[in-house]
Amino acid sequence: MLKSLLEVCGRYLILMRKVFSRPDRMSVFWRQLLVETEKLGMNSIAIVAIISIFIGAVIALQASFNLESPFIPKMYVGYMTRETMVLEFSSTMVALILAGKIGSNIASEIGSMRITEQIDAMEIMGVNSANYLILPKIVAATVFNPFLMLLSFIVGLFGGWLIVSLTGIITVSQYFDGLQLEFKPHYIIYSMVKMAAFSFVITSVSSFFGYHAYGGSLDVGRSSTRAIVACCVIILITNLVLTQLLL
Amino acid sequence: MIRASHISKSFANTLVLHDISAEFEPGKTNLIIGASGSGKTVLLKTLVGLHEADMGEIWYDDTLFNRLPFDRKKSMRKRIGMLFQGGALFDFATVEENVMFPLTMFTGQRYAEKRERVDFCLKRVNLVNVEKRYPAELSGGMQKRVGIARAIALNPSYLFCDEPNSGLDPNTAILIDDLIHEITQEYHITTIVNTHDMNSVMEIGDKVMFIHQGRKWWEGSNRDILYSDNRELNDFVFSSSMTKQFKALSNR
Repeated sequence: MLKSLLEVCGRYLILMRKVFSRPDRMSVFWRQLLVETEKLGMNSIAIVAIISIFIGAVIALQASFNLESPFIPKMYVGYMTRETMVLEFSSTMVALILAGKIGSNIASEIGSMRITEQIDAMEIMGVNSANYLILPKIVAATVFNPFLMLLSFIVGLFGGWLIVSLTGIITVSQYFDGLQLEFKPHYIIYSMVKMAAFSFVITSVSSFFGYHAYGGSLDVGRSSTRAIVACCVIILITNLVLTQLLL
Repeated sequence: MIRASHISKSFANTLVLHDISAEFEPGKTNLIIGASGSGKTVLLKTLVGLHEADMGEIWYDDTLFNRLPFDRKKSMRKRIGMLFQGGALFDFATVEENVMFPLTMFTGQRYAEKRERVDFCLKRVNLVNVEKRYPAELSGGMQKRVGIARAIALNPSYLFCDEPNSGLDPNTAILIDDLIHEITQEYHITTIVNTHDMNSVMEIGDKVMFIHQGRKWWEGSNRDILYSDNRELNDFVFSSSMTKQFKALSNR
């Protein structure tokens, strides 16, 4: 068990060494980076926004139902919505969702290329296939996804405002007072840093599983599943470590 | 010329290639034949560097290929073209982009120059008006031809073909065989073709090497096969009763 875990870690590091080398042609790298930014980042905007708006609304509702004591000001509904969104949901939960969405996409895409010998074809030509295929994905997700976190945070707060306005559980001004209460801007930085780290994990780990796929289409499916499971576990561990380090 | 000297390769304690030595001459279509599982694909992939040989040397002209440092091996690869069994065309790219890929990666050419070369290569493999199509929109034979066009885009000195006509009808298979043969002679390329298609062997086999149980079992030209008394080779090549009769007639 430990031996195979170490073996996998070693293979991962060897792959990363191949990935983080100078691209064969920079112009091609920049073009690939744009393509991947659209594929992995822009195309995730809708799902992140939809989930965030509902979660923001639900957090506001739950906070309001649980703050029954007359000694606790109602504005804490806004405060709790903000803190939950910024500290955990917009980074960790969104990353777990993205692990399912883009992680499986990457693992199956690269895995299919592996079993249909497209990666071998690149290697035969002298192209560093790991660098060509994986580096743009890692850079695109690591740079762009922190903005997805920001989007999720803003949309989540908007969801909270929407439900407050529609149901009247508290007044809108109480909600906004809560949003501004003891606001610590470095929480946003903390959350963006977490998201960048999670994005690195998602792209590199799922690429690793795809790159080392073998056999047929069933194995590509298995690689994809393994990639998502591994990403989720590593994200949770990274979350713990980063929280200890950054807060 | 490509020269393999005492090549051995094993996977997880299973010896797949055993002490194989061979010479593959330029301008000739060199065929590796053998039953499924005999080790011919492993041999081809070892020769091309996709697998590391456990023992032995692989020479590309005067260069000891399998001992080259990574960077030099990489630059050497620009002189290698390979046609894969399934075509291995990039799904994400059109035919034009597939053939242009090595040019984009390794030449500083402008688009017009690359386009000209792509047109030339596609015309050479008798493909027209398919530039904007994706591989999934092409037939098996067309995919193989695009694969050949991509393989010759950088004017390779060495061409490797892994079962180039598997899955093709006999007529298309012969077209692909002829194309490989013509290109080999035209550009004086060292071509190694991995096949178990006997039509190919008889059509284009300037030099044929028979692999059996991971060993080089027999070597000669396609004509020599007709007169060989090697039992394993005859069992493989003349497996049906009709071909056995043909062999008997040839030997008369």
